[in-house]
Amino acid sequence: MAAISLKVNGHAHTVDVDPETPLLYVLSDDLQLRGPKFGCGLAQCGACTVIIRGQAVRSCVMPVSAVKQQEVMTLEGLGTPEKPHAIQEAFIDEGAAQCGFCLSGVILTAKALLDENPKASDEQIREALSNVLCRCFTHTRMMRAIKRYQRSRA
Amino acid sequence: MKKEISRRDFVKASGALIVCFSTASLVEPLAMAQGPFDTHPSHVDPEKLDSWLAVASDGTVTAYTGKCDFGQGIYTVQTQLVAEELCVSISKVKLIQCDTSVTPDQGTTSGSQSTPTNFNTRNLAQAAATAREALVGMAAQRLGVSADQLTIENGVVSAKDGRHVSYGGLIGGKHFDIAVSSTAKRRSTSEWKVLGKPVPSLDRVALMSGTFEFVHNVQVLGMVHGRVVRPPEIGATVGNVDEKSVQHVPGLIKVVVRNNFIGVVAEKQWQAAQAAKDLKVTWQPRLGLPAQKDFYDYLRKQPSRDLMLVNSKDVDNKLKSASRVLKATYLHPYQAHGSIGSSCAVADVQADHATVWSATQSVYPTQHGVSALTALPLDSVRVIFVRGAGCYGLNAADTVSYDAALLSQAVRRPVRVQLTRQDEFLSENYGSACVVEQQAALDASGTIDAWDCETWTASFGGRPGYDQPGNVITGMLAGFDPETINPRTAVEPTGELRNGNNAVPSYVVGCVNGKCGGAGSIRSERVLTHAVKSPFFTGPLRSPLRLQNTFAHECFMDEISAYARADPVAYRLQHLRETRIIDVVKAAAKTANWDARPSPKPGTARTGTVTGRGIACVAYEGDNGYAALVAEVEVGQASGRVQASRFVVAHDCGPISNPEGLRNQIEGGVLQGMSRALGEEITWDDRKVTSIDWQSYNTLPLGIQVPIIESVLIDRPEAKATGAGETAITLVAAAIGNAIFDATGARLREVPFTPDRVKATLSSRG
Repeated sequence: MAAISLKVNGHAHTVDVDPETPLLYVLSDDLQLRGPKFGCGLAQCGACTVIIRGQAVRSCVMPVSAVKQQEVMTLEGLGTPEKPHAIQEAFIDEGAAQCGFCLSGVILTAKALLDENPKASDEQIREALSNVLCRCFTHTRMMRAIKRYQRSRA
Repeated sequence: MKKEISRRDFVKASGALIVCFSTASLVEPLAMAQGPFDTHPSHVDPEKLDSWLAVASDGTVTAYTGKCDFGQGIYTVQTQLVAEELCVSISKVKLIQCDTSVTPDQGTTSGSQSTPTNFNTRNLAQAAATAREALVGMAAQRLGVSADQLTIENGVVSAKDGRHVSYGGLIGGKHFDIAVSSTAKRRSTSEWKVLGKPVPSLDRVALMSGTFEFVHNVQVLGMVHGRVVRPPEIGATVGNVDEKSVQHVPGLIKVVVRNNFIGVVAEKQWQAAQAAKDLKVTWQPRLGLPAQKDFYDYLRKQPSRDLMLVNSKDVDNKLKSASRVLKATYLHPYQAHGSIGSSCAVADVQADHATVWSATQSVYPTQHGVSALTALPLDSVRVIFVRGAGCYGLNAADTVSYDAALLSQAVRRPVRVQLTRQDEFLSENYGSACVVEQQAALDASGTIDAWDCETWTASFGGRPGYDQPGNVITGMLAGFDPETINPRTAVEPTGELRNGNNAVPSYVVGCVNGKCGGAGSIRSERVLTHAVKSPFFTGPLRSPLRLQNTFAHECFMDEISAYARADPVAYRLQHLRETRIIDVVKAAAKTANWDARPSPKPGTARTGTVTGRGIACVAYEGDNGYAALVAEVEVGQASGRVQASRFVVAHDCGPISNPEGLRNQIEGGVLQGMSRALGEEITWDDRKVTSIDWQSYNTLPLGIQVPIIESVLIDRPEAKATGAGETAITLVAAAIGNAIFDATGARLREVPFTPDRVKATLSSRG
């Protein structure tokens, strides 16, 4: 066990955990965040996605000690229910969920791509989402929401 | 059991009648009831109005339902239902779902039964109608006018002279103390102000902002973490457990062994994961598995439990005298529920009571299962539903609830169990593998004269129900027997047509004892089903058996129409007589601008990419919803890749409660069906399942070229409400298979239509 300092969604935390602990477990169990979720624990589905340095990162396979001083942003750090981020707003407007368990992977992966490349082509968006799963298959609405967000920033 | 704060005490203390506590608020789990009733776990009497509804002094309505939301939208639409019947806005309604302490026992939320159960003339709908009539009666007395002179607007009852009284003023904080009336009048569809409108899902803001509480987020004071160690193959037994192998894991609390159930408990989740990984267990293997490549032949040769669903007794003669007999065999693999979130549950089992937070579809049956596993009295066990990842049927939510209960009992602390992806894939209750053999006799004009269908379905375990915890892996490992197949030959059908699995095709008359419940016109009919013991656990997976059977029926119908050189739509209509299925077929064809001609498409090339269209239709479970689906596909004949470009669904589920939710269900169902048709299949070697993660089990990711999906919603305000979540998915494999045939002339009779299988079928065209 070791004391590890983390900055998550603008707040500083210190947790006492095994440095090898996946970041996801610290976010969920120690910081009680609900955005990132355990989907597969294998970096194959995206449900645990967070944003670190502008990149979508799978927190289920990243040891917490590897985060170091980099700020972590989770789905709930993006906006609030009262004031959602524009991409969350787009997903709300399109009703782009069923069970909603996959949303960290979908929303944060799309956001990371469009922040880096606001004019990403449909092909590039599909490529970015080629390892993100939604098993309710809400694909139609999710793609519509992503395009809506992209248009809102143009 | 700990004393619960009584409702009255609670009202005094909080100044409000209804408080819904968050399960993550670290309260003592049984410290207060979730709702306002002092109900004992088995004492929620569905005959009493107070079991379904309560009105607070501020006019807020709390409603209790035994049908819960996994993402299919039933939370929103039940809220609409209560708001509609009580003439209040949606924002005034708070719905409490599935909790054995406070909601009526409505069995399992499954089988497209929630809407038929709660939206017609029973249960929640009838309770809300009863409450409205009672409130109007009270207002009439209070205001001294007759009830028919009163109007209601958002929970305020008014007389023509302007005097008014609110629901809160009439009953706020008090029990109704009346029975649910079977004669209370439902608001008619023509009066609807809330139902029938496109209401966006009420949970969407919490979901999108990452604040929604899933069962994975539940935290209870003193909670520790458990993981399970499953046998590598179903049926293996524990030889030796070397507890020393995990002594080095910090935070380890206990290695728990009960019969063949093994789990570990540790202070932290990561520690539990390490211990589960490192624990050395020797398993006694069993005999091995039947080879996957011969599995469908194996199924047909096993002893079976048989059921004759229809038998006109003239089928053999018709087949003998027919001008032509067509035969085909269709194969469908085991498929996984494959929830995006591996299952999770939290249990707090103490010496004299237990609380389980579970994503189960069946809180009451799970209460019984946990009682059996822990040997605690039934009424000392409370099961509270908290949503998990979409389940699509019996995923591992029930079994992980048992895991948590067993581990918590062993350590006397609240335990959260998170299954791994492999745990879930290895031993969930798969959707059944099936073989369907079809024969049809055609007369000289090319009309079908007789339809003969025989099915083999692999089955083992299933829903635990109230008395069979062994039907899921944890129960069996802990020593309870799973339901298995007792072979029995078929007897002639009695009573009336039972077509809950759609084993009987839509095109036959479906006559049993002179009563004909089928949707079609073919009078010579025989349907015989065989249930065969499966080497793997099986259980309901979205559109259980209905999808497999419909794949076989609708592809075979297509084969027959191709032989008859008939247009597949016209040929279907020629053999149907039920108006509602006829209407969906016509509506789908019209919207799709159906190219009326026989299949395959004339003059298409044998190389390159070709296109085609196919149709399929179903009377879901015989009479629980109707749909037709047109699929348009492109087939790369060199690659074997199938790309759907467009789907058109015509859908009839009676009066539409929420068109927005319905469209979402149709769109998701169609794409889930496409993923299952094109790639999903459980695989195994001689000993164990080999499809254990998202690399070894195919699913279509978000980054696919998403086909256009057009939904044509046929509203039938006069009809009974039916299910809607499983109708569209039932049709997808058939419609795609038929479209591939139209494009290429090659008939796929085995799901999934993987590129290799498509290529092999193309090369066998001759």
